[in-house]
Amino acid sequence: MPDRIVVAMSGGVDSSVAAALLKEKGFDVVGIGLSLVEPGEVSDDKSCCGITSMDDARRVAEKLSIPFYVLNFKDDFRSSVIEYFTTSYVRGETPNPCVPCNGIIKFDGLMRVALGLEATCLATGHYARVAFDEDSGRYILRTGLDDSKDQSYFLHSLTQYQLSRAIFPVGELDKNDTRREARRFGLKVSDKPESQDTCFIGTEGCGAFVTAFTGKGPESGPILDESGGVIGTHRGLPYYTVGQRRGLGVSRAEPVYVIDIDPDNNSITVAPRARLSRESEVLIDEVNFISIKPPSGPFEVSVKTRYGKPAQPATFVPTGDTSATVRFDSPQEPTAPGQSVVSYIGDAVVAGGIAKRKG
Amino acid sequence: MGADIYLDNAATTPVRQEVIETLLDSLPKTFGNASSIHSFGQDAKRLLEESRERLGTCIGASAEEVIFTGGGTESDNLALRGAAYALRDRGNHIITTGIEHHAVLNCCKDLESEGFDVTYLPVNRECRLDPQWLVELIKPETTLVSVMFANNETGSLQPLEDVGRITGEKGIVFHTDAVQALGKVPVDVDRLGVDLLSMSAHKIYGPKGVGALYIRKGTPIQPIVFGGSHEKGLRPGTENVPGIAAFATAAELAVSELKDSDGHIRGLREKLASGVEKGIRGVHRNGNPESSLPNILNMSFEGVDGESLLLNLDLLGIAVSTGSACTSGATEPSHVLTAMGLSPLLAQGSLRFSFGRENTSGEVDRVLEVLPDVVSRLRKLSTIKISE
Repeated sequence: MPDRIVVAMSGGVDSSVAAALLKEKGFDVVGIGLSLVEPGEVSDDKSCCGITSMDDARRVAEKLSIPFYVLNFKDDFRSSVIEYFTTSYVRGETPNPCVPCNGIIKFDGLMRVALGLEATCLATGHYARVAFDEDSGRYILRTGLDDSKDQSYFLHSLTQYQLSRAIFPVGELDKNDTRREARRFGLKVSDKPESQDTCFIGTEGCGAFVTAFTGKGPESGPILDESGGVIGTHRGLPYYTVGQRRGLGVSRAEPVYVIDIDPDNNSITVAPRARLSRESEVLIDEVNFISIKPPSGPFEVSVKTRYGKPAQPATFVPTGDTSATVRFDSPQEPTAPGQSVVSYIGDAVVAGGIAKRKG
Repeated sequence: MGADIYLDNAATTPVRQEVIETLLDSLPKTFGNASSIHSFGQDAKRLLEESRERLGTCIGASAEEVIFTGGGTESDNLALRGAAYALRDRGNHIITTGIEHHAVLNCCKDLESEGFDVTYLPVNRECRLDPQWLVELIKPETTLVSVMFANNETGSLQPLEDVGRITGEKGIVFHTDAVQALGKVPVDVDRLGVDLLSMSAHKIYGPKGVGALYIRKGTPIQPIVFGGSHEKGLRPGTENVPGIAAFATAAELAVSELKDSDGHIRGLREKLASGVEKGIRGVHRNGNPESSLPNILNMSFEGVDGESLLLNLDLLGIAVSTGSACTSGATEPSHVLTAMGLSPLLAQGSLRFSFGRENTSGEVDRVLEVLPDVVSRLRKLSTIKISE
């Protein structure tokens, strides 16, 4: 009997091709779609795992002659992802909901279902690579071959157990190759546009979503300059993120950027661009070590402090079991607290953690 | 995978050969519109009325008391809305139970938003209504009571004769959703004392899209769909005569075979139940087999997620259900199991096996062969730490 592999299918081209490739290799593939939000909670064309997406996934499954089921993870998604997201925003942070979605919903909840179906692994359409390294005895997570599409950044919380049972079939492909493969398999999703932004938020934007979800009105407060002087009023912390320039409603001689969000004082501090690039380090916690065991001392890495930003050389300094300070070789713009800070050596993810606010 | 085993007959049933023959015969020949005056219409009218008579006989009713609809859900809606509004000047209070099918529950919720007052009666641990609660909660404004004949998730039979007696004394209209009961247990409208009774073809080896509503002569009711004057103006729309004829065939056969099929199906069910109880620890049977339909077995498996069980069984070629087909994918655990007082965890670990005339003893053996392994595997899995 061929090995069974469960593929998390979103209806998008990446997970569709992942399923097709595995089926072609002779695995006993079972597709599972996740129902994460109530219909009507998010506008359907926007949502990644909405009803139309599940229809797309089902059609791909039919084309590939694999069983397909849609499972209800709404409760878990609400508490582990959406609530995590809104609580973080209310605290003035800029969370990354894809991280707990991967770590808790997909690679725990869904993985448990997959194992329950006697699958040896769970596959997703992520652009990343995982392999076992004999020398270190650890499962190594590496960037996808196509650096422009790399998604290893969002998988930094995966444990060794999770990585040992994860497969990323499109990780070795270029995005163009993926679409080519989709056409080769005759999958209708080959020309589907990318899903952008947070899958459970529609056109209303993060700030409005957080307000509506928590039911708490946004609380306005002062916008401060670096010396602490009040120069304007903000409309509620959830509407802002560190590094933001637009929508501040503050007129200064030159454009100003958010450099700090203070939840205790409900204030935002801004500064002109020239004053931006001067952070020498970022503090992180919830650190998860992947390619190495938790280290005893500091070591050199390249670090990404934001998904779209290229990795910067830095020194990783452990300060506790799950906390560290990442010291940049050259001064950087401030990292938004709540964002993932992922350290690489070459193309291997060494460790990932969450940025904390200083002070 | 091998031959598939279908154990979800409460969700729907395979269309039986005699019904297919009725359809194949009438579809081409009896295509006329039963309202047309010419002979094509008259042929259709004849088959329609013949079917009506036959269905009436199955429940002890006269032909003029049977209205055909598009299914059980529609019959429930017509009964509830149609009677509630026709009785509006007498009162606005409706009493039903918390274990009804969503066709009744959601219809009642809708009526509530329109100003009706609805009371949902509880059931006991065996999923059975205590008629005493009904007595205590009837008020002068109560015009309509709806209690299902047998619950679709657990098979539990409700004390309809008691309810009928109570509503009869107070002049309250009594509706029952008998969708699961027709053809499985004897149904006689006079013995039950019901005024309205919903039926559906696809639960008794008939086609989908056809149902009926029994309406006792003199019961106040008004249409909910508007159009021509078909079905006494209560259900306008050109009649699906071949489907209706098929329904009548299915009902007649089911009722005539009742005794034998009860023996066969009940036997298979008990074989599975005792096999499961012997072979797997931590299982609970929901509902009392002494007072339930012969075909439904609802069991809770401790420490297991019902949906995972269902998927595993499907991949092994065995089709069952968790809760009713209409509620799969719902966020809350089964409203029926919850109403019975099952903890959410136990409700979440429940499966419904429902037998039909095509099931065999060998199929039960196969289920007993694979189920214990699946359960123990899933139980072991729930203890593993994955994301820590």
